[in-house]
Amino acid sequence: MRMPAPIRLRELIRTIRTARTQAEEREMIQKECAAIRSSFREEDNTYRCRNVAKLLYMHMLGYPAHFGQLECLKLIASQKFTDKRIGYLGAMLLLDERQDVHLLMTNCIKNDLNHSTQYVQGLALCTLGCMGSSEMCRDLAGEVEKLLKTSNSYLRKKAALCAVHVIRKVPELMEMFLPATKNLLNEKNHGVLHTSVVLLTEMCERSPDMLAHFRKLVPQLVRILKNLIMSGYSPEHDVSGISDPFLQVRILRLLRILGRNDDDSSEAMNDILAQVATNTETSKNVGNAILYETVLTIMDIKSESGLRVLAINILGRFLLNNDKNIRYVALTSLLKTVQTDHNAVQRHRSTIVDCLKDLDVSIKRRAMELSFALVNGNNVRGMMKELLYFLDSCEPEFKADCASGIFLAAEKYAPSKRWHIDTIMRVLTTAGSYVRDDAVPNLIQLITNSVEMHAYTVQRLYKAILGDYSQQPLVQVASWCIGEYGDLLVSGQCEEEEPIQVTEDEVLDILESILISNMSASVTRGYALTAIMKLSTRFTCTVNRIKKVVSIYGSSIDVELQQRAVEYNALFKKYDHMRPALLERMPVMEKVTTNGPTEVVQTNGETEPAVLETKPPPSGLQPGSQANDLLDLLGGSDITPVIPTVPTSKPASAGGELLDLLGDLNLTGSPVPAPAPQISQPPFLLDGLPSQPLFNDIAAGIPSITAYNKNGLKIDFTFERSNTNPSVTVITIQASNSTELDMTDFVFQAAVPKTFQLQLLSPSSSVIPAFNSGTITQVIKILNPQKQQLRMRIKLTYNHKGSAMQDLAEVNNFPPQSWHGCNHADSQSSVASPESVVMSERCRDPRNSWFSTMVNFKAF
Amino acid sequence: MIKFFLMVNKQGQTRLSRYYEHVEIHKRTMLEAEVIKNCLSRSKDQCSFIEYKDFKLVYRQYAALFVVVGINETENEMAVYELIHNFVEVLDKYFSRVVMNVIISNK
Repeated sequence: MRMPAPIRLRELIRTIRTARTQAEEREMIQKECAAIRSSFREEDNTYRCRNVAKLLYMHMLGYPAHFGQLECLKLIASQKFTDKRIGYLGAMLLLDERQDVHLLMTNCIKNDLNHSTQYVQGLALCTLGCMGSSEMCRDLAGEVEKLLKTSNSYLRKKAALCAVHVIRKVPELMEMFLPATKNLLNEKNHGVLHTSVVLLTEMCERSPDMLAHFRKLVPQLVRILKNLIMSGYSPEHDVSGISDPFLQVRILRLLRILGRNDDDSSEAMNDILAQVATNTETSKNVGNAILYETVLTIMDIKSESGLRVLAINILGRFLLNNDKNIRYVALTSLLKTVQTDHNAVQRHRSTIVDCLKDLDVSIKRRAMELSFALVNGNNVRGMMKELLYFLDSCEPEFKADCASGIFLAAEKYAPSKRWHIDTIMRVLTTAGSYVRDDAVPNLIQLITNSVEMHAYTVQRLYKAILGDYSQQPLVQVASWCIGEYGDLLVSGQCEEEEPIQVTEDEVLDILESILISNMSASVTRGYALTAIMKLSTRFTCTVNRIKKVVSIYGSSIDVELQQRAVEYNALFKKYDHMRPALLERMPVMEKVTTNGPTEVVQTNGETEPAVLETKPPPSGLQPGSQANDLLDLLGGSDITPVIPTVPTSKPASAGGELLDLLGDLNLTGSPVPAPAPQISQPPFLLDGLPSQPLFNDIAAGIPSITAYNKNGLKIDFTFERSNTNPSVTVITIQASNSTELDMTDFVFQAAVPKTFQLQLLSPSSSVIPAFNSGTITQVIKILNPQKQQLRMRIKLTYNHKGSAMQDLAEVNNFPPQSWHGCNHADSQSSVASPESVVMSERCRDPRNSWFSTMVNFKAF
Repeated sequence: MIKFFLMVNKQGQTRLSRYYEHVEIHKRTMLEAEVIKNCLSRSKDQCSFIEYKDFKLVYRQYAALFVVVGINETENEMAVYELIHNFVEVLDKYFSRVVMNVIISNK
């Protein structure tokens, strides 16, 4: 029984249009699909084309149409052009290389590529260029190459695009197309020119040899571009008054690739670029698009300075344009060039700053980034004013970045300490909750170092939190300062501004309300409690009140607060004689800038040096208060290398001795002040491993060591002396994994004492395969100009068995030859049991025993 | 490089989609929904280039129809903006206004 003839595509579309709901439409489509399927089963040749067309329409609407794939193949194999057309269209839409059936097309396409009708050949080329898989491309590349050399421009342009696809799929075939490219640029037809330029661009991007080969085409490209600009109106290529802008942009892009890093080519392009830049009409978007591409090209090649200035002026002109798109594009390009052509961009600074007030979010972000790049010593005051105003009024997503940017810029270019502190205060009060975590320790360090400003600072901070103590970073910094300099506050000693009258009770009031408030985070409360404690030595009449507060919190639910309160209580009761010494003023900290060469923890080239500060280890130590308070007295922590403590000129104070005793990596090159007990090997909290030379480094004669061996992860160091510089030691680390599962995302970080400089090169990979089947190697270069004993702290992070692991360790078993052998004979002998040395030293001084209890208590 | 080309109406329905890189079907719908949301929420006086994930979107509005093109960083945004206009003009000339109404109208 024959079915009625299937309806035409138009009928179908009309029917579907009449459906009023989605459900109705689905019904109609399902009915039609069923009809089509049965028609396919009947192997009906006459109507196959129509059915597949309908199927494609339904596919466009989003319904599944995979059952039509084989039908497309049959259509392709047919002799009729209308069939082939629908068949190829279907193949492009429904088939891709993941279906196995597509390979059946290869033979058809091959035949069609040699067909007598150019339209059929064109269809085949299009399809191959659209969805050809690597196998198909390999088989048919020869045919494509042949067609690339034909004189028929219709075919030539399609063949060029098909070649682009072939090269993308099978890069090795690129050489095959090389001879055919000889004459490509001689064509007059814009279609062929355009596609040829695309092909050349693709080849140059993929292979530096091709790039070198095609450099000789630069004069020809320049000539083509010139003709395009100078030629009169041509109706078939005109877009808003400019002749074929798309081709112009393509050629400019190719010139950019060819001229990069090559003086001769850049030289040849200078004139034409200047010509394009000056002659192009800028009233319409088209012209601006071409100018934009020109500017990008000028910036990227080795152009002469006059041309660069011209380019930046064009960008400056863009900034004044009303069209948002153009302003956005200009800001983006200026951001790219500000590093290299700083002065030229400075001239447009005021326009850029105006863009901060624009309504569009993307423009504001670009303007903000660019403004930060333009800040320098001369304009810092003006720029900061604008940026602070921007911080006030911008959207929340910008505030964090803006605040960090302001801090960085203020640190680098502050004209005076007071201005610096004022700026920081302003940021804290306007955007206090968006400030990043690492800002708080940085600020505290800054404040500590500006000794003459202490009174002013604490007064301002006090006034700031009087009104509102909800912004956590502000409250943290303020509590810390009040704790440190509370005595200055109540004595009213401020020179910079009018001193305010504050009583001790008022200060304690505010600190207590911070403790009680629901808005305070746990960290903030910790700061406040410690501040109150410190005030017990600075205030005179309110010590009893402080004792009461501290004892209340001894039963707080928050474990952190409770621990602190209990310890402080202990201070009051049993160790009252030590209290003044423990709670005295913090010494001036060594200023560590984020990009200075002093104790900077360098990581693999990818992350910035400050990364360790923002990643608290999983043991839950907070980077803020603990590092500042108790752990500082223990001699620095691994978490904040930014705050190394230095024994200052307080020779006989208990604080100084304790610092030395518990030592850390921050010993300066000069000998430690006399009263400190001599220790040959500073005790470390983590024991170093006994050194075992794994394999003798015969070349340099320095034995290698196992630096770390825990949980299946082993890291070995092998040493070499650098040939060029005898103070440089080159260490190659090898990390291996003896467990049954791989360790992934492995990151190795290292810190060395201040007198050394460390450079960490990129690792070989970030995965350590299991069962010792492979290693990660990484090279460390250490500069040791003072020939000090080499020590290192390392931090390892990796993923193992599905969880993130992190570990800190000390490496102090470096063989003496690696740092040129100091004359410390004692230091070599005590590798065996530094622990015993520690205990014996500690036992000698009764004060130290308190500290060891403190340490144990902390660990508990 | 152009990653995809979409034509979407104001109600959020995709009228035409062409992907030049392989993207899973369900990911396509998600991508389209997000892209449309970004474009529809822009006001008239904001610029036509949006940064989205690791590529850029260039969009242009014609009455009730949005044409959105996703490009990577090497592409010239303004040239693509021009290309969209060229494409629409070609459709217009070739199908003489029929297509415009057909695409925009509520189906």
